[in-house]
Amino acid sequence: MSVLLFTSLVALGSLLAGFLGSLTGLGGGVVIVPLLALVFHVDMRYAIGASLISVIATSSGAAAAYVREGFSNIRIGMFLEIATTLGAIAGALIATHVSTGTIAIVFGAVLIYSAYLSIRTQPAYPVIKNQDRLARALRLDGDYPTAKGREQYTVHRIPLGFGLMFGAGTLSGLLGIGSGAVKVLAMDQAMRIPFKVSTTTSNFMIGVTAAASAGVYLARGYIDPGIAMPVVLGALAGSMLGAKLLVNAHPKHLRAVFGVVIAALGIEMIFNGFTGRL
Amino acid sequence: MKLSEGRKSVKAMNSFGTGKSAKSMLSSAWNDQRLEVIIGNLLRAGVLLSASVVVIGGIIYVARHGSAIVDYRNFQGKLSPLRTFTGIFHGTLQLSGRAIIQFGLLLLIATPVARVIFSAIGFVWERDYLYVAFTLAVLAVLCYSLFGGSLHG
Repeated sequence: MSVLLFTSLVALGSLLAGFLGSLTGLGGGVVIVPLLALVFHVDMRYAIGASLISVIATSSGAAAAYVREGFSNIRIGMFLEIATTLGAIAGALIATHVSTGTIAIVFGAVLIYSAYLSIRTQPAYPVIKNQDRLARALRLDGDYPTAKGREQYTVHRIPLGFGLMFGAGTLSGLLGIGSGAVKVLAMDQAMRIPFKVSTTTSNFMIGVTAAASAGVYLARGYIDPGIAMPVVLGALAGSMLGAKLLVNAHPKHLRAVFGVVIAALGIEMIFNGFTGRL
Repeated sequence: MKLSEGRKSVKAMNSFGTGKSAKSMLSSAWNDQRLEVIIGNLLRAGVLLSASVVVIGGIIYVARHGSAIVDYRNFQGKLSPLRTFTGIFHGTLQLSGRAIIQFGLLLLIATPVARVIFSAIGFVWERDYLYVAFTLAVLAVLCYSLFGGSLHG
């Protein structure tokens, strides 16, 4: 394939991935790696390197828009970033020591889990009214705008959430994705942070987390400019387009379709990982 | 004494359902909010700047090598000169398209790092030294990743 054709097709594919990723809230990374590896036959190491860089671009681009709405909590973000950045370096170091087939299998499992999350209906976690001592000491509690005015919330089970976010960072560094799926476990389910707050805050954290593994990736030669250029520009344009449309869109059916697609990609990644083709 | 104070304030909090006294909440929310807006703009500027550099490098790269055949099946990253800061800067000065793209990607990686630095300044300004410490811890991890490995070699 010529440079011109490769650049155009990868940019187009990444635009679509970034668009769907931002509409469904699952992020573009989960599609970009399988797209590069399965369709364009790019080595897994180059694929996760390019995807990781695109994750920094889309998360930083979206953060500016979220900030104005006043949902994100900078203290929760900064505190949990200690866990995610340490995890990210661990993940990036693991990535350089295991076979690409193993990475493909882990990737496939994460895809299938993300598909499950996107298809199930968002459960309403019961609200815990009690104060958490640690949350108070760390000043993590906050408030966010709702239809009835600003509403208070309390953060819970901080050690568990911190540990899970270390895992989220490890997956991010290992697979070159934003790890939205583990974030749901840690911030929504364990720490009981309101959905809008956790989504916007984790988006804020993704860029910093990815930057921590990007240094390791760059030094190991995982980031090739010829692949990263169309991926970053395509994904960035796609996610900006998606964010503009999100206001009037009804993403429920879209999430279901996207869920089926990433589940299929997950199965194919696992199959190719086991047969040694990736 | 301290314990009973703590209990009293927990009780007061439960009746309001809030974690902080009204006054401290108002001031810290305002400062955090303002800090977040500044950081949001910083992130947007960083992404726009780095994307522009990547576009310029991309145009040079495709214009010069558009018809060359690419094959990324085999990983050859270990041979790339664009794995180190010196390699990237050297190539950028020679106006190599690939090096300019990589320089743009380096700016992109630096954007969230700049956000962490700004957050540290913001927390100093708020006199919240616990969070200054947290932010510096994150910054130390980022510096280890960017400067601790072979990247500077």
